[in-house]
Amino acid sequence: MIDPRKAVINERLKEISSIIAVSSGKGGVGKSLIASTLALTLAKKGYRVGLFDLDFTSPSTHLILGVENATPIEEKGIIPPRVHGLKYMSIIYYSGEYAAPLRGEDISNALIELLAITRWGKLDCLVIDMPPGISDATLDLLRLIKRIKFLIVTTPSRLAYETVRKLLNLLKDLNVPVLGIIENMKMQDSDFIRKRVAETGTAYLGEVPFDERLEESIGDINKLLETKFGRKIAKIIERNSQLLVSK
Amino acid sequence: MHEWALAEAVISTASQLAEKEGISEITEVKIKVGELQQVELDIFEYALSQLKTEKFKNTKFIIETVQAELKCRVCGHQWLFRKDELKEEVQEAIHFIPEIAHTYIKCPKCRSPDFKIAAGRGVWLESIKGRKGE
Repeated sequence: MIDPRKAVINERLKEISSIIAVSSGKGGVGKSLIASTLALTLAKKGYRVGLFDLDFTSPSTHLILGVENATPIEEKGIIPPRVHGLKYMSIIYYSGEYAAPLRGEDISNALIELLAITRWGKLDCLVIDMPPGISDATLDLLRLIKRIKFLIVTTPSRLAYETVRKLLNLLKDLNVPVLGIIENMKMQDSDFIRKRVAETGTAYLGEVPFDERLEESIGDINKLLETKFGRKIAKIIERNSQLLVSK
Repeated sequence: MHEWALAEAVISTASQLAEKEGISEITEVKIKVGELQQVELDIFEYALSQLKTEKFKNTKFIIETVQAELKCRVCGHQWLFRKDELKEEVQEAIHFIPEIAHTYIKCPKCRSPDFKIAAGRGVWLESIKGRKGE
């Protein structure tokens, strides 16, 4: 017996120029905020952007974006609704406010299902907010989307970086492109992460200061883009826009 | 309709399989459809008929429905999925992503959401038959 869904995944993604997985070895480093801000900033610059929340068991981008009453359209598959100019897809359309307690096998199946039925159309960039770690979602994307690129988030913590180092090694062994590393929640001067990243030959895209006002912007994208965090991410994107997306 | 995306996946996979096996005309495609996904069979069959290419002009599509069996990983209880016991919006959510069953369904014996979808999840291509050569 063959699972027919895999055969159409690349067909569904063929009109997307750049597919970026925002990933990290650890949780709580700011992946969802960076993925959301990256997507919003690129959309504001006139790019056609999609945001796909793949953190099925703990989705949060809908809270960051303040998503209300959005529903995908069913038309020979599903078409993600537009949220603040983004084509936005998340499991929350189906799980609502309830928990989705999924084991690895179920995560894989749900991920394949959504990749097989979601019709993104033409996009300059699809940003994927990944769950933490090197587990089912990461392995499935590596298996199913051949042209995926990774943007990796760490904090200044050695604990976070240790898991990032392992993720980097894995991606390097598999010849998967890594666009670079963002050091988030920087609280004091230190070049520890910058130096470690340089040793791996990966691009250090920049540091983002810890922003104590960031929490107040959750659910309000205009506030988010105006925070210290939002402005710093915009600067990093400005410097690396060629790397991140092509029109 | 969501059934179109699934039908497209079946046609695409059957075509690839035929190419791999040197089959130029596909005479039969056997498909299993799990009850958990609640595929509307008439829409699915219509989509297959509309999406088929030259290779499929004389193809008989045989669709078998498979009962959805759920097995609790905690207490081992096994039971059948019954869509009528669920609200319409829940049925629809499971239709799009069958794994969403874990959000809304619990083991009737021990109330755990940690169960295995033992059978009847979604759409599978079972086999194809056809004529080889030009």
